[in-house]
Amino acid sequence: MVANRMRSTLDRREWRIVILDRDEGHYYQPGFLFVPFGIYGPRDVVKPKRNFLPRGVDVVFGDVERVEPEKNRVTLADGKTIDYDYLVVATGSEIHPDETPGLREGWQRNIFDFYTPAGAANLHQFMSTWQGGRFVLNVAEMPIKCPVAPLEFLMLADWYFQTRGIRDKVELIYATPLPGAFTKPVCSTMLGSVLTRKNITVHPEFNIMEADPQTQVIRSYDDIEVPYDVLVSIPVNRGADVIMRSGMGDALGFIPTNKYTLQSDKWQNIFVIGDAANVPTSKAGSVAHFMLDILAENMTSHMKGREMRARFDGHANCYIETGFGKAVLIDFNYDVEPLPGMFPLPGVGPFTLLGESVVNHWGKLAFKWIYWNILLEGRDIPTVPSHMSMSGKQPVAAPV
Amino acid sequence: MASPLSAVRFDAEGFMADRSQWTRGIAEELARQEGLDTLTDRHWAIIDFCRKAGDQTGHAPTLREITGGTGITTKELFGLFPKGPAKKVAKIAGLGKPEGCV
Repeated sequence: MVANRMRSTLDRREWRIVILDRDEGHYYQPGFLFVPFGIYGPRDVVKPKRNFLPRGVDVVFGDVERVEPEKNRVTLADGKTIDYDYLVVATGSEIHPDETPGLREGWQRNIFDFYTPAGAANLHQFMSTWQGGRFVLNVAEMPIKCPVAPLEFLMLADWYFQTRGIRDKVELIYATPLPGAFTKPVCSTMLGSVLTRKNITVHPEFNIMEADPQTQVIRSYDDIEVPYDVLVSIPVNRGADVIMRSGMGDALGFIPTNKYTLQSDKWQNIFVIGDAANVPTSKAGSVAHFMLDILAENMTSHMKGREMRARFDGHANCYIETGFGKAVLIDFNYDVEPLPGMFPLPGVGPFTLLGESVVNHWGKLAFKWIYWNILLEGRDIPTVPSHMSMSGKQPVAAPV
Repeated sequence: MASPLSAVRFDAEGFMADRSQWTRGIAEELARQEGLDTLTDRHWAIIDFCRKAGDQTGHAPTLREITGGTGITTKELFGLFPKGPAKKVAKIAGLGKPEGCV
């Protein structure tokens, strides 16, 4: 995305662009959610990265051993080094089951994840023959990539087990460290009532200390136990190991980044995009997309010695699958929480904000095409600007 | 005697709007509102750490920054400030809502 945008912006005679990547495949991560339910197969969510790279860019596939920001140098696992004038970090976030004692013991047996392609595929195999019991979804610690994914997963599970005819034999339970269904008050209340309607039990403020695979319970730091037959875990999310190794991250390996300019707090020639940054908005693909305009403009200004004027507002835009072919859409930023209304055109939509609709669901499915065909090339979706717009939104008094 | 909170300004979610207004008396009063009747030396060690972190960075430290910075285990932290310790300490220490909550 950044390479596509910068190659069309920067003079080829002045700037060489090198992409360093450890993976030759590009994963459509929003699609992982659908794999456990058999809606997508593992092959639907990956394509070769080379298909999306622009001409005039050098590509190096391999692991990065270390970044040395003081020397403007990156060292690869095979010992080769690459010097840079500017560095854009897009190393994302990853799950770390080892951070929570006990998870590994039951891992891929009756404890699963859906944040990796293999985990999602294994979970599908397990769920397609499972006969029922206590189905617990636990979020270990915030922040996580795509904070709405756990809710979507549970609502799709409600639909899936009904379709399989065993919903009456399944208890769906959500144990979360958050005080409610979601992070933002109005949305949390709305989604909380949807969960209640679907007979999904929520244990809020549940901070997992350990899983005990012998007795099949998860235990919180304040000694509350939640028994499970199958546990779907969203383990601790951390920035990439290479960021930790290079001493560039905070306690969780996310890079301290100016939340408005997207420049590293510490190094002027390093910019950060997506989950790798510690900025206080959702870790989501839409956020990385909206960041691109701001990052590209500011980095270009910095290269020319000009003032960086573009300001990121924390804009996020997420479709939330609620099952039975419906979805909710939310649109928010650092300061404005998700509000009801129509999107992107006021009064017209076609998408309904903070309300369930069939059209929203088709929007979510169509998004896969938009992702592969527009977003990866660093282009914008017409009518959806980088900065959040208040038009079409109805202000709501926050519940106290 | 007027409550130490009478002149204190709060945001919509009950966090102090101006952390320079903070005093130890205010902290004790806010702690009572959070269900903590007495603050021990262990509580104060954490509150003092968070005050210092707030002065340095301008915002409330995360749970991991608190445990890393004070050497207090997560388990003990949950014992001292039950339920959400990071949020609870931030409130008592007169800092804004921890930014990680998104």
